[in-house]
Amino acid sequence: MGDTKKFMMINRKAPYGTIYALESLEVVLIAAAFEQDVSLAFLDDGVYQLKKGHQTKGIEVKGFEKTYGALEDYDVEKLYVDQESLAARGLTAEDLCVPVEVMSRAELGKLMEEQDVLLSF
Amino acid sequence: MKFGIQVNEGPYTHQASDSAYQFTKAALEKGHEIFRVFFYHDGVNNATRLTTPPQDDRNIVNRWSKLAEQYNLDMVVCVAAAQRRGIVDEGEAKRNGKDATNLAPGFRISGLGQLIEAGIQSDRMVVFGD
Repeated sequence: MGDTKKFMMINRKAPYGTIYALESLEVVLIAAAFEQDVSLAFLDDGVYQLKKGHQTKGIEVKGFEKTYGALEDYDVEKLYVDQESLAARGLTAEDLCVPVEVMSRAELGKLMEEQDVLLSF
Repeated sequence: MKFGIQVNEGPYTHQASDSAYQFTKAALEKGHEIFRVFFYHDGVNNATRLTTPPQDDRNIVNRWSKLAEQYNLDMVVCVAAAQRRGIVDEGEAKRNGKDATNLAPGFRISGLGQLIEAGIQSDRMVVFGD
């Protein structure tokens, strides 16, 4: 292979309730292992994936908040969050468990246009 | 054009699986190349040969198998997603001590690297999901 492409994983679903967020993270880690240019976008309920303080004991599901914090160890440092989605849910960047770049929908759309591969979860 | 296809939803519960099939078939009939179809999340359930839909309904699994045979399609089922959902080939049965297999003809089980490779090698990656 050897080629590098710009991959953006688009996360639109809440972290628990469905398996999309967890299995999306698995794709992120593999893409990083393949040394691709990986970024993550969070919009709609996907912004809840980054909310500080996941507590999953009550629903008997393994929590994975820590994985977001570990992404930088895999050189995955481009995390983009949709401002409107945050605002609609009463959240700000301070509520999130990792540093992110908050941007407007239009800016996020521009970034998506620059990608080679968009994988949505 | 060279396409990569990702299927994220299971058969019969979600249109994504039908749409992915119809897109793939139409692309092939138009002379395009499909680098790979990758089944992820509940999409791995498209690969069980044990489905028995009513006779007057489409057979989604057989349909994929037939397309694979006709066009020599590479259809890959994610191993981790398959293990969670009980999609098993002989190698997996042996490795995990299972007493049966259910992988339909034309599918193979492999890792997520195959999805990333499809993204790298294809001109366009098309995701069918919820």
